[in-house]
Amino acid sequence: MSAALIAFYAVRETLRRRVFLAVLVLTGAFIVLYWLGARFIFAQTNNFPGGVVDENVVRGASVFGLALFAIYFLGCVLAIFLTLGAIRGEAERGLLQPLIARPVGRSSLVGGRLLAAVFVCAPYVAGVYVVVLEITRHTLHWTPDRQLEPVLALVLAVTIIAALSLLGSVFLAPIANGITVFMLLGVGMVVGLLGQIGVVMKIHSLERIAEAASWVAPFEALYQRSLFALTAETSGITKQVLSLGPFGGPQAGPGQLWGWSLAYLGLVGCAVLVAFARRDL
Amino acid sequence: MPPALATRALAKRFGRTIALAKVDLEMAPGELVGLLGPNGAGKSTLTKIVCGVVRATSGEARVCGARAGSRSARAAIGYLAELFRFPDWLSAEEVLVLHQRLAGSRGGAGERHDLLGLVGLSDARRVRVAAMSKGMQQRLGIAQALVGRPRLLLLDEPTSALDPAGRRTVRELLERLREREIAVLLNSHLLSEVELVCDRVAILSRGSLVASGAMDELTRSRGLEVETGAGTRLIEGVDREQVPQVVRDLVAAGDEVYSVRLVRSTLEEAFLELTGDEVT
Repeated sequence: MSAALIAFYAVRETLRRRVFLAVLVLTGAFIVLYWLGARFIFAQTNNFPGGVVDENVVRGASVFGLALFAIYFLGCVLAIFLTLGAIRGEAERGLLQPLIARPVGRSSLVGGRLLAAVFVCAPYVAGVYVVVLEITRHTLHWTPDRQLEPVLALVLAVTIIAALSLLGSVFLAPIANGITVFMLLGVGMVVGLLGQIGVVMKIHSLERIAEAASWVAPFEALYQRSLFALTAETSGITKQVLSLGPFGGPQAGPGQLWGWSLAYLGLVGCAVLVAFARRDL
Repeated sequence: MPPALATRALAKRFGRTIALAKVDLEMAPGELVGLLGPNGAGKSTLTKIVCGVVRATSGEARVCGARAGSRSARAAIGYLAELFRFPDWLSAEEVLVLHQRLAGSRGGAGERHDLLGLVGLSDARRVRVAAMSKGMQQRLGIAQALVGRPRLLLLDEPTSALDPAGRRTVRELLERLREREIAVLLNSHLLSEVELVCDRVAILSRGSLVASGAMDELTRSRGLEVETGAGTRLIEGVDREQVPQVVRDLVAAGDEVYSVRLVRSTLEEAFLELTGDEVT
């Protein structure tokens, strides 16, 4: 009950923040640009040399893959900004002390903040995904092979990023925490790209690094899974061509990715609780 | 009835720094105790341990019989931190609603009306925190601390941002809290204020409790100040019972006595004597 109350006030505060408005404006700009870009691409690749390769799939998957990257990135930005100062930052500003002294468990405070971040980020990611999916369907006349899996993977990835940022907020000042989580995100992306290169070029050491990284940083593996799901049922030359593109060669990740990601989220949540319970404010 | 606050050998260490060293302090229900000490003496640390914001390294602190930091202990306290802020988009009334919910208070609108009236913010109930002066926010902080009828109120520098009129309001408020049997631990640098309202004073120095007692116990008699035709002078070593004899002797000696006044050392003098060179 207390966690829900904290979450309610945190969401209200979030919706009033300028960063939320900035993300909404950027998202609006992205959607308009995506729509324009999709229209131009469709108009100018209508005479794509067909035959062996299904140009509609290549075109649709490549452009939609770019959109998934943007949704993932914007979702992570939102999740990080909502949580980067949740504990130490708010304690330094004096916002946390009046709450901590109340008969509310610290777990409720942390749970409320994570809940608020999920409550804002999950609809955001899902909403932008649906809009972009509809634009793609109507403009490029293409839909992903799996439509639910990518959005679920992105929502879970963004939730994990929010939890990691919350964990960092127990120890680090807001700016330091933001930089750390963004660097973590960046490292994950680089390792994911290395994994893709490893698969395409058959470099097994890179593949192994990417696989290990998917255990350490499942948010990146989930993003890769969302990209993979776009053309999961596609095969043949078209699939080979897609694997050469910047968003077309992702791996499905470990078989236990969903279970491990949920467990990882739980572990990070427990780490936040333990760290916060031991923290003097 | 258990004491409002009882600490036994309470200690806190931050790395190599000893913030509190085995502090024993007890407060009776409804008692108003001033907590004094130079900067860094451990006053805020003690307050924070009692309300569960900081964990003790060793020793014990109990609030109304419950372990400090436990849910039932926190349900019995009201806390105004030295550094605090409320979300600036909330109105005064919304701040109190939030804290009523967190404290599980069933006081409703009546309690909010009562508390805002108590701190002189009745007309500001719809004013947003962002539009309030620091003094108004401080008074709202005190109202927030009183939500849920706490049995122990911890006030950490509650008058630091207040003008003289605001300080007077807080003093009057503390007197009214005494009537409600709410124990108050007042952490303040303003000795004159503590002297005016507190039943007892506890003085911390370098993390240790160096003195605790009623004002009369901490201050000492400095003698009798006598105004005669020859001027005003202080006769040391005179206590209350000796005053009539001293006056008779002066009159017998031909002095014209205009006024006499027993003089005691002030709390400030006692404080400086006890904390010595630590004052910053």
